[in-house]
Amino acid sequence: MATSVLEHRAPAMAHHYPKTGLWSWITTVDHKRIGILYGATAFIFFLLGGIEALIIRLQLMGPNGTLVDPDTYNALFTMHGTTMIFLGVMPLSAAFFNFFIPIQIGARDVAFPRLNAFSYWVFLLGGIFINVSFLVGAPPDGGWFGYANLTSSRVMEATAAAPSPGMNIDFWVIGLQILGIASIAAALNFFVTIVNMRAPGMKMLRMPMFVWMSFVVQVLLLLAFPVITVALVYLMMDRNFGSSFFMPDGGGDPIMWQHLFWIFGHPEVYILILPAFGIASEVLPVFSRKPLFGYTAMVFSGIFIGFVGFGVWSHHMFATGMGPFADTFFSLATMVIAIPTGVKIFNWIGTMWGGSLRYTSAMMFSIAMVALFIIGGLSGVMHSSPPADLQQTDTYFIVAHFHYVLFGGSIFGLTSGAYYWWPKMFGRLLDEGLGKVHFWLMFIGMNVTFFPMHFLGLNGMPRRVYTYPEGLNFEFWNQIETVGAFLIAAAFLVFIVNIIKTWMGPADAPADPWHGATLEWSIPSPPQEFNFPKLPVVGSSMPQWDARRAAGGHLPEPALVSGADIPMPNPSYWPLITAIGVNLVLGSLLFVRLWPHWWMATIASALVLFVGAFKWAFEPTGH
Amino acid sequence: MAHAATAPAPGEIDEHHWTATGLNNRKVAIWAFIGSECLFFASLISTYLVYRGKSLVGPLPHEESQCMLHGKMQACEQIFSIPLVTFGTAVLLFSSFFVVLALNGAQRGDRKALLTWLTATVICGLFFIGMQVYEFNHFYHKGLGYSTNLFGSTFYTLTGFHGAHVTLGVIWLTTMLILAVRGKVPPEKSLNLEMAALYWHFVDVVWIVIFPVVYLMR
Repeated sequence: MATSVLEHRAPAMAHHYPKTGLWSWITTVDHKRIGILYGATAFIFFLLGGIEALIIRLQLMGPNGTLVDPDTYNALFTMHGTTMIFLGVMPLSAAFFNFFIPIQIGARDVAFPRLNAFSYWVFLLGGIFINVSFLVGAPPDGGWFGYANLTSSRVMEATAAAPSPGMNIDFWVIGLQILGIASIAAALNFFVTIVNMRAPGMKMLRMPMFVWMSFVVQVLLLLAFPVITVALVYLMMDRNFGSSFFMPDGGGDPIMWQHLFWIFGHPEVYILILPAFGIASEVLPVFSRKPLFGYTAMVFSGIFIGFVGFGVWSHHMFATGMGPFADTFFSLATMVIAIPTGVKIFNWIGTMWGGSLRYTSAMMFSIAMVALFIIGGLSGVMHSSPPADLQQTDTYFIVAHFHYVLFGGSIFGLTSGAYYWWPKMFGRLLDEGLGKVHFWLMFIGMNVTFFPMHFLGLNGMPRRVYTYPEGLNFEFWNQIETVGAFLIAAAFLVFIVNIIKTWMGPADAPADPWHGATLEWSIPSPPQEFNFPKLPVVGSSMPQWDARRAAGGHLPEPALVSGADIPMPNPSYWPLITAIGVNLVLGSLLFVRLWPHWWMATIASALVLFVGAFKWAFEPTGH
Repeated sequence: MAHAATAPAPGEIDEHHWTATGLNNRKVAIWAFIGSECLFFASLISTYLVYRGKSLVGPLPHEESQCMLHGKMQACEQIFSIPLVTFGTAVLLFSSFFVVLALNGAQRGDRKALLTWLTATVICGLFFIGMQVYEFNHFYHKGLGYSTNLFGSTFYTLTGFHGAHVTLGVIWLTTMLILAVRGKVPPEKSLNLEMAALYWHFVDVVWIVIFPVVYLMR
C-alpha cells in the first residue's frame, strides 16, 4: 500500500478533528487508540476461543461423551486453535506493539499511522469473517494446521472418503489469507518504526528488551507469512480449480503442504512467544530493582532463536518418515534452540537473583511465565528426538507441551504485560488484590488442566478425537482437567471484574507507579496524543532510571502540555474502506463454487479496494 | 517525514524530519516489503522445482509427450517457445534501464527525460503483459490448462503471480506518469517515483530468476 504524501496541501492539524465518539475511533490513526482497539478485539476473540475450549473439556470430562457430535468437535478444536493463535495471542501482542513500541523508542507515532489503522481493520474484519462460518453452519474443521488430504479434496469429487466438500475449509483458507495481509502490513510498519523512528541517542543496543523481541517478531512475520500465503493459494486452487498441488492422484504430494505450512508454522511459534519474553524482560528488572542481567546476551539469543526458528520446521513432521538424514538434521537444530532459550531463562533468574523483589501481580505473572515455560521447553526438547517423538506425536503429551509454552508462556506473559502497563494505557491501576486472586486461579487452573495431559499422552490418549471409551484409565485425569479448565475460566472472570472495577474507579495512576526503567514511564498516564512534547534524548538502555538517579530519587509528575504546535497525522477513514475492499476481494472467492459469475463480485470488490487505496495515497496526511 | 535528517546540533533536533538512520521511512518500508516478497516468490519457485518432472500426463515444457487434446490422447509437442520469451525478458530488462533514466530525469528536474523514459517503461511493461497473455493463450490451445498436470499448475501459478506483480507495477508507473504529465513529480518528490522504480526492479529481478529456472533449465 502506498502511504505516500503525493500532494502537499496545507497540513491541517489533528486537533481540528473530533476526539471522542464512535467516528473518532473509526477514523483514528493514533497508535495508542489502535493498540486499545487491538487489545479489546483480541480479548473478545480470546474469550470466544476459551468458550470453545470449555466445550471441548466438557465433552471430554467423561467417557463416551455426547455433548457434541464428532463434526462439531472437529470444528471446536480447529476454531479453538485458529482463534487462539491468529485472533488471540497475535493481536494481543499487537496491542502492546502498537501502544508501547513507539513510546518505548521515544517516537510520537508509528512510521505509517494510516497503514496501522488498515492493519487493525483488516484483522477485525478477517476475524469476523472466519467466525461467520459458525452462523452459516460451516465452521472450519480441518485443524489449525489444515493438513492436506483433510482439506485439499477437490470439492466436485468429494466423497465420504474425501471429507471436505463444504465451505468449512474455504472460510479457513480465505480467513487466514485476510489475517495474513493484516499481519504483514503491521509487521512492515513496526519494522520501519523500530529501525527509523528511534529517538536521538536510542541506539539499537539501548532499546528496551520488549522492543528488541518485537523487532525479531516483525522480521519473522515478514519472512514467514508469504510462505503460508502461497500454501493457502495452492490449497484453494486444489479445492476450487482442479489442480493437484497436494493431490496424489495428480502427482502432487500432501507432504508438500506440511513442509510449506511448518516453514511458516514454526517461526509462528516464536512469533507467539517472543513478545511474552520481551514483556517478562521488562517486568522482572523493574520489580527486582536491578538492570536486566546480560542485556546483550538477551538480544542475541532472541535473534538466534528467530534465525534458527526457520531451520527446524520438519520436527513437526518426524512421523511422515523423512529418512535418517533429515530426521537427524532437524532433531539437532531443534536441540540447538534450547541453548539461546536457556540463556534467556538463566538471565531472568540472574536478574532476580539478589534483587529486592516486589511481588506485584505483574511480577508474579512474569515469574510464573518463566517457570511454566521451562516445563514446556523441557517437554519440547524431549520430542526433538525422533524416536521419542514417534511415541508422543498425536497424543495429549503434545497438547500438554504446547499449552505450557503458549498458555504458560505467551498468555502469562501477556497478562503480566496487562497488569504492568494498564496504568499507562488507561491512567488507572488494576486492583492488586483481585490481581492476586486472578493469578492464583490461573496458575493453579493452568497446571491442573494441562499437567495431567502429560500422563494421558504417555498412556496413549490420542489428540483430536472427540471421545474415548471406558476402561482405558483416561477417566480420572480427564475429569481433573475439566475442573482445571473452569478454574482458568474463573480466573478470567476475576480479571473482567477487575477491569470493570478499575474502569469505575478514579483515574489517579501516577506517571510512574512502578519506578520503571523505560521511556513510557516518563510521560503522563495515559499519554497525550503526541506522547512526547519534545523528543527525548536517550543516553542508556534505562533512561528513566538515569533520570531518577540524577534527580536524587524523586521525579516530579510530568505536566500536561497543550501540544497545539505539534503536527500529528490527520484521522482518515480510507484505511477502513481499503480494508473493506481487501475483505470483499478475498471474501468473493468464497462464491467460486456457488455462483458461476463469482468473478464479477471479485472485480466489483477490487474497485472498492483500488478507490480506497488511491484515495488513501492522495489524501493529505497533515504530517 | 519527507526528507532524511541532516545531522542535528546537540539539543537541537529537527523533530519533524528526524529518522534514526537518516533514511526515509518509505524507503526502508519498500526494502522490507521486497524482502518479504522474496520469500513469496521463493516458495513459488521451490514448488515448481520440487514438482519438476512429476507430471503424470503431458504436455511438458521441453519434450514431446502424450496429452489430452481435442478430446483424445495424442502426441503433443513441447510447450515452450524460447525465442518469444527471451524477447519478452529483454524488453523487461530494458524497462528497468528506462525507469532508471526516468528517475534520473525526475531528480534533475528534466521534464522531457522524465516523461520520455517513464512512457518507455510503461510501454515495455505493457508489452511484457501482452506477451504473457499471448503465451498463456497459446499454451492453453496446445493442451496445457491450469489443472492439466503439475507442470501446468506450478507454471501458471508462478508466472501468473509474477504477471500480476508486473500489472500492479504498470498501474503504479502509469499513475506516476499521469502525475508527471501534470507536473507533480518535481525533484523534491522524486522519491515517489523511486519507490515505484525499486518495486519495478524487484519484479524484474524475480523474472531474471524465473526465466532460467523455468524456461532454460532442462
